[in-house]
Amino acid sequence: MRRWFCSLLAGLALAGGAALAQPVEVLDDRGQALRLERPPQRIVSLLPSLTESVAALGAGARLVGVDRYSNWPPEVAALPRLGGLDDAQIEAIVRLKPDVVLASSSARALDRLEALGLPVLRLKSDSHADVRRSLRLLARLLGTPAEGERVWARIEAQLADAQARVPVALRGRLVYFELGGGPYAAGASSFIGETLARLGLVNAVPAELGPFPKLNPEFVVRARPELVMGAQREQAALRARPGWQAVPALREGRLCGFDEAGYELLIRPGPRLGEGAALIADCLQRLGAGGAR
Amino acid sequence: MSRALALAGAAPDGADTRRRHRLALGLVLALLLGGLAGLATGSDGLSLRALWADLQGPDAALLIGHIRAPRTLGAALVGALLGLAGALAQGLFRNPLADPYLLGSAAGAGLGVVLVLAAASAGGVVLGLAGAAWIERLGLVGAAFVGALAGVGLTLSLARGAAHTLRLLLAGVVVGVMAGAVSDLITVAVPEALRGKQAFLLGSTSFLGWPALGLLATGLVALLALVGRFARALDALTLGEDSAASLGLDLPRLRLLLVLMLSAATALAVSQAGLVAFVGLVAPHLVRRAAPGPHGWLVAASAAMGAALLVLADVLSRALVAPQELPVGVVTAVLGGAYLVWLLKQRGAR
Repeated sequence: MRRWFCSLLAGLALAGGAALAQPVEVLDDRGQALRLERPPQRIVSLLPSLTESVAALGAGARLVGVDRYSNWPPEVAALPRLGGLDDAQIEAIVRLKPDVVLASSSARALDRLEALGLPVLRLKSDSHADVRRSLRLLARLLGTPAEGERVWARIEAQLADAQARVPVALRGRLVYFELGGGPYAAGASSFIGETLARLGLVNAVPAELGPFPKLNPEFVVRARPELVMGAQREQAALRARPGWQAVPALREGRLCGFDEAGYELLIRPGPRLGEGAALIADCLQRLGAGGAR
Repeated sequence: MSRALALAGAAPDGADTRRRHRLALGLVLALLLGGLAGLATGSDGLSLRALWADLQGPDAALLIGHIRAPRTLGAALVGALLGLAGALAQGLFRNPLADPYLLGSAAGAGLGVVLVLAAASAGGVVLGLAGAAWIERLGLVGAAFVGALAGVGLTLSLARGAAHTLRLLLAGVVVGVMAGAVSDLITVAVPEALRGKQAFLLGSTSFLGWPALGLLATGLVALLALVGRFARALDALTLGEDSAASLGLDLPRLRLLLVLMLSAATALAVSQAGLVAFVGLVAPHLVRRAAPGPHGWLVAASAAMGAALLVLADVLSRALVAPQELPVGVVTAVLGGAYLVWLLKQRGAR
């Protein structure tokens, strides 16, 4: 973590020098070109994963405001909070005079900001490939095109390291990852599912059900997952669900419950993807040491 | 159901009695068929053949006994409580559009749930994991129940008792708006609570198990018995409050009792299944259209109708997009809304 942060600082210094005063042009996810006279020096991010991407690309110092959910790196705590995508504080954003506003899909606030003359870059991040593409695109926008691949290479290395750490006994096991509130499942086609697949686990929720389906709980009982993952505070209630005592993972205690910070990291498709994979690998190693049957 | 039949039999008018008999029979059939469909609807959708295979398989006790049976029965009980509460509410307000959620119970329950969700989210930091887990376990069900009763209590105190219909209604609206605003405020401050709140607002029968059923059944039986005792007083109330008073009824007490019964039924239902929409409004409607009758009949038949409706909605919610599922409240809202549109058209045509 510390080493990571040092490299971030180094990158930051590099970026400062390398940010050329040339016009930059990128295509966003709607295929619309965004052209800026020079790499943006004042950036507003309305999405935590994009905030993290900007920081990971060494341009954290160029952030002038973030949405209320952005909480990493810790430095962003000092920045103005501008609401969320659905209730962005238009006036506060305009007042910050950002060179560019980074956001995800469409929201009324974005149309309003564009109408007020602010350049808005819309980037979706639904998969590992999206994260990589966003990083490359942002790196070009920031005037530091090499950074994108560098950051992605680090993520790749982290993923490979996590993959190597998964105990042999747990490879190929059937996993069910639950997101709270619905509950929703992280299917094989979600970015969480991609991470799980990378770690050599088999998702109990097949890709054709979509990234985050709201399943009939019976489906999970029938699938008999050997590993169950999710937010730690929601796992106490799992065993109380009708019939779930029969789920092998619950019966045999093969649970990965992530604390608040860890869970947040896992459900955020951003540059800390590799750290998320490492968290899962940590848990699998613990379970493996406990003697997985 | 036998109670409904008995009550139907007690009515004097021959044609009406026959209609009630027919409806009672229809409801019994609908409930039996619905129950069977509920047992036959798994994560692969509705299939009698799959049910047969499951029954032969090694997991029959688990899949049918521990998951589908309690879920289907639970939907029936929640629907029955909502139907009963709806019939009482419409009797109390003497208005066919009254709904059991009117008296602040829904908003109160929602607020309770949001408070617990927010506490559990922030609790990871403040309370530590044990505390958060404890809240989670006791949490949502208890909070919704207490919240619903507190909402009604607040409504009653604002309306200074249940004596005045308009006051009661206004107080209910005020409590609904205020509790809704507070819960919105909390979700703005603790956005993690948003998804859980949404799940509660949409209603769910997914996790009804046997322990919850005991509670629901006990509540339903007790309330039906109570309603049976006060059925005649309710009939008198529909004649108008002056007539009821001239018959020597203690009106304020009776109305208060009605409010308490309907809120207990509502609180019990929403605590287990969230804010399932429209069942409480539509069930008494359907009963009155098919076979009007005295309140004893109306309440009992509305309970059966509510049960049949929610079982049907639960089956649809599981079967339509299997193995995924729709929130059951969305299904009831679509069904209820369609019924009301049809009703409007009928009225317009006349």
